[in-house]
Amino acid sequence: MIKIQDLRKSYGKVEVLKGISTTIQKGEIIAIIGPSGSGKSTFLRCINLLETPTSGHIWVNEAEVTNPKVNIMKVREQVGMVFQQFNLFPHMTVLENITYAPIMVKGTSKKDAELRGRELLKKVGLSEKESEHPVRLSGGQKQRVAIARALAMSPEMMLFDEPTSALDPEMVKEVLEVIKSLALTGMTMAIVTHEMGFAREVADRVLFLDDGQLVEDASPTEFFSSPKSKRAQDFLEKIL
Amino acid sequence: MNLDFTQIVTSIPYILQGIGVTLKIVGVAALIGFTIGILLALCKIGRFKGLKWFADIYTSIFRGTPLILQLLLIYYGTPQLFDIKVTAYSAAVLAFGFNSGAYISEIIRAGILAVDKGQLEASMALGIPYKKMMKDIVLPQALKNILPALMNEFITLTKESAIVTVIGVTDIMRRAYIVGGNTYRYFESLIFAGVIYYLMVIILTLIGKAVERRMRRSD
Repeated sequence: MIKIQDLRKSYGKVEVLKGISTTIQKGEIIAIIGPSGSGKSTFLRCINLLETPTSGHIWVNEAEVTNPKVNIMKVREQVGMVFQQFNLFPHMTVLENITYAPIMVKGTSKKDAELRGRELLKKVGLSEKESEHPVRLSGGQKQRVAIARALAMSPEMMLFDEPTSALDPEMVKEVLEVIKSLALTGMTMAIVTHEMGFAREVADRVLFLDDGQLVEDASPTEFFSSPKSKRAQDFLEKIL
Repeated sequence: MNLDFTQIVTSIPYILQGIGVTLKIVGVAALIGFTIGILLALCKIGRFKGLKWFADIYTSIFRGTPLILQLLLIYYGTPQLFDIKVTAYSAAVLAFGFNSGAYISEIIRAGILAVDKGQLEASMALGIPYKKMMKDIVLPQALKNILPALMNEFITLTKESAIVTVIGVTDIMRRAYIVGGNTYRYFESLIFAGVIYYLMVIILTLIGKAVERRMRRSD
């Protein structure tokens, strides 16, 4: 469970998050959408403290990550993250990318980590690529490895920061399929996305952010068929 | 023209023995310089203001004064301050090590800063502790990018090592100078020393290229 209370974030004088509160229940799948510059990514990155909130409180399960006394590294082990730009480690093979953190952070034995790594690679359909370096992979393959890498830590929840925005159109589907299959396992997920069809199909709830505010918090059916706010109506009109 | 290389033939083995001396100085100094360079670079990019200042001042002093002055200070100066005897060899190794550490720290700092920010974020998101992130994720990528600059520094070090001549270390340079004096054949013996230095640099360059090729395999 993730609980967020009056989250604010400023860069200098610019306030990009203007007091957001919401709760993400265990097993829930949240799609975060909104125009660019609305603060969606910043919002997501505050949850595992890649961005330090200016004020407000965030709890991940029992741990208050905004409390400086809480060991954020321990919390991050439970929260997997997938980035727009993949951020695979270029000097490691695909399998090493996946097994590094379990071995070095969790102390898993190399043998067990590789066993689990191969299992995950099979799940994302890249078994034959385990010895390749990331540079030899297509964007869609890279992102699937990145998902496997995050899952290798056996996180309780996953954050996706525009996972398909840097992909060529023909590769979007393969990545979304992997995320969908993950959704079926009951994983708690928060996904910043521009894929409206995907959000509609997979999400339990849609959070619509605009100008640093949480403007709508509704079920996908409700949000896409009858958005309440003028801002959401304008946004949907532009993109659908 | 008065030029006769046969005059120094008998002294060639003597000059060649200087290669070992030069290599011993350069090798150990490079190791010291590299270690200091990494530590200083980490201080410079780290959070601790005190360490950052120390690293900046260190770099500023060692880059801002002549190497030969640093060498002479260590060799002649320290015994005056403390009751210790500094051998010419250790003075040379320390002076070159400290000095190149300053230059190498700047190279490494630039290399670290050039590593994509996404790499740090991915490491943090996985809960990888700072030390391990630096050692296994950031530094390997940084080193790959700065290899040519680093090789440049080692080449400079090899050539600059010739100034140990002034404190009497019998390296290639000193031996060539001695042979020149004994035989009155300065031109021949100095040219011979020049050829040795040049060949050493060429070999270093080739090694650098081979290492670079190996590291670029993942590109």
